[in-house]
Amino acid sequence: MASDVMERAEAADDEEERVFVTLTVADQLCGVPVLGVRDILGEHKITRIPLAPPEIAGSLNLRGRIVTAVDLRRRLRLPEPPADQPRMSVVAEQGGELYALLVDQVSEVMSLKASAFERNPPTLPPAWAEFSSGIYRLENRLLVVLDVGKLLALTEAA
Amino acid sequence: MDDLIADFLTETNESLADLDVALVKLERTPDDQDTLSLIFRLVHTIKGTCGFLGLPRLEKVAHAAESVLGKVRDGVLSATPDTVSIVLAALDRVKAIVSGLAATGNEPAGDDSELIAALDAAAAGHAPVVAQEAPSEPEPAPEPEGEAEQEAVIPEPVAAPSAESRPVAAQVTPKPAPPEGGEPVPANQTIRVTVDVLEDLMTLVSELVLTRNQLLQLARTQENTGFTVPLQRLSHITSDLQEGVMKTRMQPIGNAWNKLPRLVRDLSREMDKKIELTMLGADTELDRQVLELIKDPLTHMVRNSGDHGLESPAERRAAGKPETGRITLNAFHEGGHIIIEISDDGKGLPLDKIRNKILANGLATEAELVGMSDTQLQRFIFRPGFSTASVVTAVSGRGVGMDVVKTNIEKIGGTIDLKSVPGAGTTFTIKIPLTLAIVSALIVEAGKERFAIPQISVVELVHAQKEAGRGHNEGGGTEPVIERINDTPVLRLRDRLLPLVNLNDLLALGESQSDDTGAYIVVVQVGANSLGIIVDRVFDTEEIVVKPVAPILRHVTMFSGNTILGDGSVIMILDPNGIARGTGIGAGGESKTISSGAVDQYRSSDRTAMLLFRAGSEQKLAVPLGLVARLEDIPRERIEVSCGSPVTQYRGKLMPLVAFSDGLDMEKPRQSVLVFNDGDRSMGLMVDEIVDVVEDRLQIELSGARPGLLGTAVIAGHATDVIDTGYWLTQAWQDWFHGDHQPDQPDSVRRVLVVEDSGFFRQLVTPILGAAGYRVTAVPSALEALRLREDGAVFDAIVSDIIMPDMDGLDFARTVRASGPWAGLPMIALSARTEPSDVEAGRDAGFTDYVAKFQREALIASLKQCLAEQVMG
Repeated sequence: MASDVMERAEAADDEEERVFVTLTVADQLCGVPVLGVRDILGEHKITRIPLAPPEIAGSLNLRGRIVTAVDLRRRLRLPEPPADQPRMSVVAEQGGELYALLVDQVSEVMSLKASAFERNPPTLPPAWAEFSSGIYRLENRLLVVLDVGKLLALTEAA
Repeated sequence: MDDLIADFLTETNESLADLDVALVKLERTPDDQDTLSLIFRLVHTIKGTCGFLGLPRLEKVAHAAESVLGKVRDGVLSATPDTVSIVLAALDRVKAIVSGLAATGNEPAGDDSELIAALDAAAAGHAPVVAQEAPSEPEPAPEPEGEAEQEAVIPEPVAAPSAESRPVAAQVTPKPAPPEGGEPVPANQTIRVTVDVLEDLMTLVSELVLTRNQLLQLARTQENTGFTVPLQRLSHITSDLQEGVMKTRMQPIGNAWNKLPRLVRDLSREMDKKIELTMLGADTELDRQVLELIKDPLTHMVRNSGDHGLESPAERRAAGKPETGRITLNAFHEGGHIIIEISDDGKGLPLDKIRNKILANGLATEAELVGMSDTQLQRFIFRPGFSTASVVTAVSGRGVGMDVVKTNIEKIGGTIDLKSVPGAGTTFTIKIPLTLAIVSALIVEAGKERFAIPQISVVELVHAQKEAGRGHNEGGGTEPVIERINDTPVLRLRDRLLPLVNLNDLLALGESQSDDTGAYIVVVQVGANSLGIIVDRVFDTEEIVVKPVAPILRHVTMFSGNTILGDGSVIMILDPNGIARGTGIGAGGESKTISSGAVDQYRSSDRTAMLLFRAGSEQKLAVPLGLVARLEDIPRERIEVSCGSPVTQYRGKLMPLVAFSDGLDMEKPRQSVLVFNDGDRSMGLMVDEIVDVVEDRLQIELSGARPGLLGTAVIAGHATDVIDTGYWLTQAWQDWFHGDHQPDQPDSVRRVLVVEDSGFFRQLVTPILGAAGYRVTAVPSALEALRLREDGAVFDAIVSDIIMPDMDGLDFARTVRASGPWAGLPMIALSARTEPSDVEAGRDAGFTDYVAKFQREALIASLKQCLAEQVMG
């Protein structure tokens, strides 16, 4: 879904704005398109799922629905967070199922101009390039646009 | 689509299903006026509605069928199989048109003139004539619904074997006038609701149940709040509501059966068999979702029973059974489950064919087959690709059958089992839960995580000690102890060995709570197998709403779903079938390695009867039972001392007695003695107590740490020391054996064939060589050995006695050396005669080495050397 957004953004007017939920994972600012986000959760009790791929942090109860939690740090092959750090989640829907992306911190919602968008630099590490659909130049930092569809495309092989 | 048409379709489909059943019933009881009225009314309704809605094609067919039925009702015609067949053909046509109508909203084009002509002719009383004309050419079938049309095209040929195939016209007998207008139609007390509405209701109720559970959990921690009473009420209402909504989804199982009478009827015509279908408990209700899922498996199994199970009338007569075979369907409730039995009184499952098929497909070896019970063999039919029908008929026998049935039934949390008695028939028993949405589950904890196990598969709970230290377990507590074979835990439960899996290990949960010495074992039933799941704690049972796991977790087969508990936490639901498969238990899960056939059964790792006894300590000791000549219980006063050693008079001779443990307990009034003998010599080994005789694999895993012990083997789940009889024999007779006992460390698994006519020495040599790391096959004669050679058995060396009946060792050596695959093997002669001339004769015959009998060290050294030379050569 995010990739659609991007392609349209490129073709469209430079002044057209896209809205993103921004989040941090291992000090990197990232964004996911706001339309794909169903919920933001604070620290939540997560049940471990034995034998699941390591990226699956477990499952949690979101108002009576069972949501599968995916650890974004592990998905991006980043180091584990400090043990006492509270984690937040961004809930997205994929194929009728709800998934929670476990991140370090969820911050504001931003409207970003298409003129500030750029494709992935070719030097981006593969772990990031795989899930990033482009970069926004903000005033003093960069925002990586995450492709939620790809992040959740965990198959048996993953 | 027009609402009117949609309603018409729903109604007509129901009527058609009823008609199938009613017509078949009519055929059996042609005089049943009620059935006849019902049929007439149903067809009449269809015809009437068609006319109203402007469906000319349907109307014509229905009308023609109605005319025939009218004649039957008026007693002008009788309901012969032919009449019924032509009406059924008309109904098939109606079905075909209706399905076309459902697909496109319009009547499909097509020509029914031939069928209508046949019906009219039947109505006029000329059925046989028609039947000869009509089927001769296939009807032009322009309709798209090929499948339904296929059936409709063929008005049944008049080949009914019974006497009823007389011309129908001849049967015009006056019938009593039918009751006027049939029975009054009851007032309409039902409304139609789409299934979606019910499904939504069910989901909402499920959520409500979860929320209720959550509230109850909260209320439990706070006493005497104002919430308690209203909460109780809410809880009761929720339960009632849940029950009520469940009821709306309940349908009689007969709905899944209504196609079967027709199917059986067609089958019996096609196969030329006489089949009677009895259906019991058709009003047993179950969830419509479950009903949908078992429809196909049931149909398949009934077809199988008719096709494979029942014999032809001739075969049945020959077997002294009534010509008409019987298929019985029986459904009933049993403890929250529905049991469905499908039984036939046919020939039973052909065990021979199953055996051949197993061998042909390499699913098991002949040796394994020998050890299998009939039931185990029969269960092979649930394996994929297993059909014993040698001829693939159109009806069944394509080998895609029973495994699919089993999978489908397991999918809905059910189980299937079968019982077959040759010549008397086969019964399949299906056990399925009443509903899929809400199940009762046992909540357990392992590795600090909680899991739910569906109650349907739980047989019992056992509390057991986690491996108490050895010796401690003899202490006599009633609580069972988890024992280990190697590292595999097992539990003795009512004289059976129950395989155990540790949930911690299985799910890789890490450390268990090891501070507790006890463990809970949840005994689950998976097919015919029982399995114990070791968990740390067991909580209570809870009603849970099964939710499927996320698609990215589907490959983890240990779970059948997940759910939310009363306290709001998410919990995984364990799938006992998945666990069994994951641990290699249960049909479909075993991966049998194909070994080299019948010769394997001689191997020393096969079961040996072992005598267990105690001497000196609590530790059990074992000796191969074959080595023990007798067990004696000698009164203390009969033990005498000769030359400082205890002896007793035994069968007119003095028998030396050797104490296994140091010192003799002279207090005991009687002494247990194991008597060993060979030839005319015997000796007695004095032990404290004879415990038991067990049969187990004798696999010596640790070589003896002290003289007198051969090593340690796992026997009946306990590490047990196996005594070295050779050592004890030398204690009694200095010349019986020479040399002390130091078995070599196993160097590699070499296969050694031992040819020795004396059972005693065969039993002795086998464990000695086994302890030295060889895999031993022992046979009692040279001829037996040569037979193994013909069977293609492969060995690395042969150890043979010289003096044997029939063919002696020298002849045997010459035969082996002469030709065959064993010609180059090292051969060691083992003989009591060690004169240089004997050794010479042995070497001439082809023996590589010559070892004096009883010189175990020399034998092992010689074997080692011969094998080493062979490798270098």
